[in-house]
Amino acid sequence: MAKITFITRDNETIILEGTSGSVMQLAVDNGVPGIDGDCGGVCSCATCHVHVDVGHHLKTGEATEIETDMLELNDYANERSRLCCQIQISDAIDGIVLQVAESD
Amino acid sequence: MSVHLNKNSICVVIGASHAGVNLAFSLRKEGWQGAILLFDKDPEIPYHRPPLSKTYLSSDEGTNLLKSVESYEKDNISLNLGISVSSINRTDKTITLNDGTIQAYDKLVIATGARPIIPPIPGIETAAHVYPMRTVEDVAHIRKALHKSLNKRVVIIGGGYIGLETAASIKKLGGRVTVLERETRILARVTAPEMSNFFMQLHTENGVEMLPNKNVIAIENTKGVNTVVCADGTQYEADIIIVGVGIRVNSELAKEAGLVIENGILVDETARTNDQNIYAIGDCTFHFNPHYNRHVRLESVQNAVDQAKVAAAAICERHPIYDAIPWFWSDQYDVKLQMVGLYEGYNETLIRKEDGESNKFSIWYFKDDTLLAVDAINNAKAYVLGTKFIKDASKIDKSKLMDASIPFKPGDLLI
Ligand SMILES: Cc1cc2nc3c(=O)[nH]c(=O)nc-3n(C[C@H](O)[C@H](O)[C@H](O)COP(=O)(O)OP(=O)(O)OC[C@H]3O[C@@H](n4cnc5c(N)ncnc54)[C@H](O)[C@@H]3O)c2cc1C
Ligand code: FES
Repeated sequence: MAKITFITRDNETIILEGTSGSVMQLAVDNGVPGIDGDCGGVCSCATCHVHVDVGHHLKTGEATEIETDMLELNDYANERSRLCCQIQISDAIDGIVLQVAESD
Repeated sequence: MSVHLNKNSICVVIGASHAGVNLAFSLRKEGWQGAILLFDKDPEIPYHRPPLSKTYLSSDEGTNLLKSVESYEKDNISLNLGISVSSINRTDKTITLNDGTIQAYDKLVIATGARPIIPPIPGIETAAHVYPMRTVEDVAHIRKALHKSLNKRVVIIGGGYIGLETAASIKKLGGRVTVLERETRILARVTAPEMSNFFMQLHTENGVEMLPNKNVIAIENTKGVNTVVCADGTQYEADIIIVGVGIRVNSELAKEAGLVIENGILVDETARTNDQNIYAIGDCTFHFNPHYNRHVRLESVQNAVDQAKVAAAAICERHPIYDAIPWFWSDQYDVKLQMVGLYEGYNETLIRKEDGESNKFSIWYFKDDTLLAVDAINNAKAYVLGTKFIKDASKIDKSKLMDASIPFKPGDLLI
């Protein structure tokens, strides 16, 4: 079981709990605004972009090459960016805080 | 009062898939106060279609829902499944359901998508285990038939993206797969010969029998075993046949209601039809693309989602304009293809290969100096760069683009 906190673009805090699947799916199932997951989680749409809060970085691990490539020219990307369809829910990420990234 | 602010207004949506479902949720976001009613003849909770030929077929993961059931409740969207709409009456502003029920609307959105073409091949009606690939039900049939079959000989008619993805997935499930393509190469209608060659080789290496120039003229069935007969006299035995030869737009409802149909339901830049209270979105539309300056019909999630957002904004009187660069993807084995733009009309292709990586390259389609489209294999960087260049109508230095030693950065590749 992992508790995951989302901070939306409007600064609303949404706390969700999940046991399996991707963080994107959890967010979509619970209607977190700004996480659309249009491609269904295969790294093709970048509509699941989040910033991992400072300090929680180690729990989620580094972004994979395709994630950084997809965000290469994204004005809102930074070194804490992830496409959250690529973060699997497990005990290891319990307590993480994710900020929904801006988009054009 | 504007119709979208009136609590008594009703928006009816025909089709609850990528386009219809996104429209419904966007409509709420845009401030539609009245009722939103979604109707779909498919009884399943609306799901992502692209995984059907990919992970949904090849694994036991189950469907990816577009939205959770609770989301519909939360946004007060009424989801009516297993119900088919049989007609639209524009004078009364009503639709009729298959059980005869009449439902009134203030705004109507047609998101009926498309259905697979079943070509009129003699014997196809009586052949055993012939399936299209469009719905959860189709995949359930294929999986069941495959599971029961001893020999697991699968013939796929049509070497387009859906046929090839299905081939890769069935291979993963242990099937013996033959792909029969009528044209001289696979993917002939959607990509350059170099890309066709790449996928031809990829599938061959993975043990799929890939056969272009095969025009299927008959299917014979003896004792439950199908024999697929081609025009050149060759024959292929098949326990299961999958048909992936393209789609036909579901435009009959619109046509019978007197809406203008061209290559799909004709809509303007706000996704509106020639009836000011009726919009159409997604696979079923024929719409203008400002960037390419022509009308197009697209079959993609991007188009369904983006056009849904435009229609929702338009219904809520926000005067949007649909102006998106089309994009698409396909996953086969561990290869990811990402495409952006529309390549029709190209007169030159350039191929950029990344040093030392055979399965990583990109094809750039130009018309003279204008970049029209990019197909990227395992190369998301090429895809995002191409997207930016197309959007900005950038002038690209072609020799630098071809030179893998020059970094893939926008500034380094322009004239
Ligand atoms: C196997 C497969 C793989 C794909 N892979 C990709 C991919 O990788 N990337 C990509 O971008 N796109 C892909 N696509 C295309 C993508 O799925 C479509 O572009 C998308 O589904 C279009 O959405 P839509 O809502 O416009 O239409 P559809 O998804 O066709 O939905 C239309 C809905 O309307 C309903 N309907 C029709 N008529 C009626 C009626 N009279 N009454 C009630 N309901 C009705 C249908 O039941 C259906 O649910 C794939 C498609 C398939 C089939
Ligand atoms: S859901 Fe599309 S990239 Fe994550």
